[in-house]
Amino acid sequence: MISEANNRKRNYNLKPADFNTKKRPTWCVGCGNYGIWNSIKKAFVELKLSPHEILIVFGIGCSGNGNNFIKTYAYHALHGMALPVATGAHLANHLLKVIAMTGDGDGVGIGGNHFIHTCRRNLDITHIMHDNRIYGLTTGQTSPTSNTKFKTKSTPFGVMEQPINPVALALICGATFVARGYSGEPEHLKNIFIKALAHKGFSFIDVLQPCVTFNKIDTYDYYKKLIYKLEDSSEYNSGDFSKALQKSQEMERIPLGIFYQIKKRTYHDGLEQIKDKPLVYQDLSSINIESLMKSFY
Amino acid sequence: MAEIKAFSWKVGGPAGFGIMSTGLIFARIFSRKGYNVVDDKEYPSLIQGGHNVYSVRVSTEKIFSLLASVNILIALDEMTIDLHMNEVKKNGFIVYDSGIFIGRDFNYKKPDVNFLPVPFDRLIEKTGAPKIVKNNVALGVSVALLNYDFNMLKEVITENFKDKGQKIIDFNVSAAKAGFDFIMKEFTGIPKIHIKKNYSKKKLLLTGNDGIFLGALNAGCKFYAAYPMTPSSSILHSFAAAERDFNIVTKHAESEIAVINMAVGASFAGVRSMVATSGGGFALMNEGLAGAAMTETPIVIILCQRPAPATGLPTWTEQGDMLYAVHASHGEFPRVVMAPGDPEESFYMVQIAFNLAEKYQIPVIVMLDKFLSENNFTCTGLTRYKIKINRGKLIFAEEDIDNNEDYLRYKITDDGISPRAITGLRNGVHIANTDEHDEYGFSEESAENRKKMMDKRFIKLNAINKEIISPDLYGPKNADTTIISWGSCKMPILEAMKYLNTDKRIFNFIHFKYLVPFPVKAFKKFMKNVTRSAVIENNKTSQLSRLIMENTGIKINKQLLKYNGRQFLPEEIIKGLEKI
Ligand SMILES: Cc1ncc(C[n+]2csc(CCOP(=O)(O)OP(=O)(O)O)c2C)c(N)n1
Ligand code: SF4
Ligand SMILES: [Mg+2]
Repeated sequence: MISEANNRKRNYNLKPADFNTKKRPTWCVGCGNYGIWNSIKKAFVELKLSPHEILIVFGIGCSGNGNNFIKTYAYHALHGMALPVATGAHLANHLLKVIAMTGDGDGVGIGGNHFIHTCRRNLDITHIMHDNRIYGLTTGQTSPTSNTKFKTKSTPFGVMEQPINPVALALICGATFVARGYSGEPEHLKNIFIKALAHKGFSFIDVLQPCVTFNKIDTYDYYKKLIYKLEDSSEYNSGDFSKALQKSQEMERIPLGIFYQIKKRTYHDGLEQIKDKPLVYQDLSSINIESLMKSFY
Repeated sequence: MAEIKAFSWKVGGPAGFGIMSTGLIFARIFSRKGYNVVDDKEYPSLIQGGHNVYSVRVSTEKIFSLLASVNILIALDEMTIDLHMNEVKKNGFIVYDSGIFIGRDFNYKKPDVNFLPVPFDRLIEKTGAPKIVKNNVALGVSVALLNYDFNMLKEVITENFKDKGQKIIDFNVSAAKAGFDFIMKEFTGIPKIHIKKNYSKKKLLLTGNDGIFLGALNAGCKFYAAYPMTPSSSILHSFAAAERDFNIVTKHAESEIAVINMAVGASFAGVRSMVATSGGGFALMNEGLAGAAMTETPIVIILCQRPAPATGLPTWTEQGDMLYAVHASHGEFPRVVMAPGDPEESFYMVQIAFNLAEKYQIPVIVMLDKFLSENNFTCTGLTRYKIKINRGKLIFAEEDIDNNEDYLRYKITDDGISPRAITGLRNGVHIANTDEHDEYGFSEESAENRKKMMDKRFIKLNAINKEIISPDLYGPKNADTTIISWGSCKMPILEAMKYLNTDKRIFNFIHFKYLVPFPVKAFKKFMKNVTRSAVIENNKTSQLSRLIMENTGIKINKQLLKYNGRQFLPEEIIKGLEKI
């Protein structure tokens, strides 16, 4: 079938602008989403991908609104549902590069259960979480990654809970590629995206993303003081799980980079039935249930 | 004793005793010989300790349902005797385990039946087989009481255990033989039942869930996701087992919320996908249902009802979710809701469901209930060529997209259906959007666009309405009383119809298979000739009456309702209709 041949990599030479739609971003001036947007487009270019080879499944939020601004196949899913939709689409057509782009509420709040289970499956997909530690689109309520005592519209007296640590959560749930990026470091972020997209298995990137409108705590200034890069230390070995877990607990400063990456059989590699062909290209006219029907005699 | 055309058999015992496999083997030894067979399984939501009952009715003629009485009752515990003794017909048999009830005499309790003490354990000991094969003694005993062919039993047992090795097969067969020989030797004097010989070809023995599974496979379903929930789980088990032979991906996901969204994702990518659940899981899927509707992603949802609200009665039957399925989820969107009445209809209708879902890019809900999902009925055959796969305006190749224009995923067309590109096409790149969107798929909130897109989605109803088949009419065209029902109630109603029509009263029966869109015209036409009518259904508030009212303004005044978690028996319908 022609469509299948088209899906094979052709090494396209595109520019970041080729991944723009005719819609311009509607994010606030200074929003961290711009950095993520630019970095992912550059990553696509460097990986020589074309829009039709990519599916991005977006959640609902400011981050999710990105569906209108990136030209690839896109599914703008329900709030929290990007990972299950991405899972189904990937299993139906594993030749696509499938990416889930979610917010923090989206990813580990309403979608928390799906996050846990997607991590442990090692599907060959990438999850980019726009972590602004706030609910942006709904105008500033606490998120699962908000720090304790943070005063928001839904927590005027301060958040009572402790925040979820997305990097640590992904690690203990079995993700085979776990990274933290920062939208204020777009070049570094782009390189993480490239490695994540090239990783065979589930890659998760927690992207620190300042929300200039509703989060006056986790700002560019705040991050600037605290961030450093894991790769700056020659000792850091991203193949060591317990080191990675330990590193993910670091609070005084904020490490960026790839915490952990290992090789492991992917989910679809375990599925004999799609070894030869993704489901979407399989011929329906040859299905024959005759002998199966006989087992009901 | 004269030959009889039909008989009923029942086995009861504690859960964990293998009652279910015993019953199925018994049903199969008759369907294999072309008899008509229906069965029924009653079990609590427990793994050990509850009371399980398996009933089978066999006939040389077409039958649709069990009857209230039985000819043979096999009691593997005392509870079975207490609960079911009175169902046994005059001169019938109650076989009990004399090893459990040592020295007990039950005859005084019901003098008009034959109590047959059978020393199950002692018989097994003699064969050297382990005790777990005890149920086979019951099968051997039953076959002997019916003067039936022991070789048939041997054949089905052999096949049933073929994966477990010859030794296990031998144990089971020898236990059955011991039961058979015991009756032949010890009870020579009693008048046995002579079941009439049957000369028709072997029949398929299918549950409604089997029909759905086979139909979905035949329709080219490639992705099946589910979270286990009785009575839908057997569909999951079947799909999982068939995964490699039929190149399907089956996913037991983390919740029904994940299930529906995964299936929608797979469908978006370009494959036929399906989910099945019961009421609680369907409730969790509700937002996903609207998601599929808004993105115009085809999806087939099988809803196997059980008594609710909440966890309800997990292993029993009810038709309580109809209006819920009809109206489920937020906002307004076109959908199809259908309800097959037997396994054969399940097989064909699920294939139609896939075609409708893809042609119109809508969700299609197929409703069953525990009674239909889990009980077996014989059918003479299924043809796999009857329903042709029709994928509607799905685009598989780049040549099929006009490169001189932008590809518009939600293009406004006369019939409301927009060509849908599968993933991976260079010129088919698009957004499927749960936000209201424009023709491209971009989020768009203008008043003008909103109205245009709502109208676009709803105009599909013009064509969908034409595909909806009229309800089936059973019995004479003109009658003095018309029975109206839907889904699985069809079976006991058709059985009751055999006895209902007398010199005094004539009945006919309208059976709804399509609920949404409601076949308004056809139903109104039927109702013109109707003098008296009654709705029969398995719920408390007569949801079908309300659906009829909502769609046609016609008020049906008489209802026969049952909502104790059990399906109607034909006798109850006959009696109930006397008063109507
Ligand atoms: C089921 C459901 N509940 C609530 C909402 C409303 N809602 C939209 S976005 C959002 C939170 C957004 O926060 P986040 O996921 O962190 O994304 P951000 O806007 O910060 O990028 C909520 C609660 C919804 N769309 N659906
Ligand atoms: S509200 Fe915050 S997250 Fe949303 S666009 Fe504005 S700055 Fe970005
Ligand atoms: Mg957020």
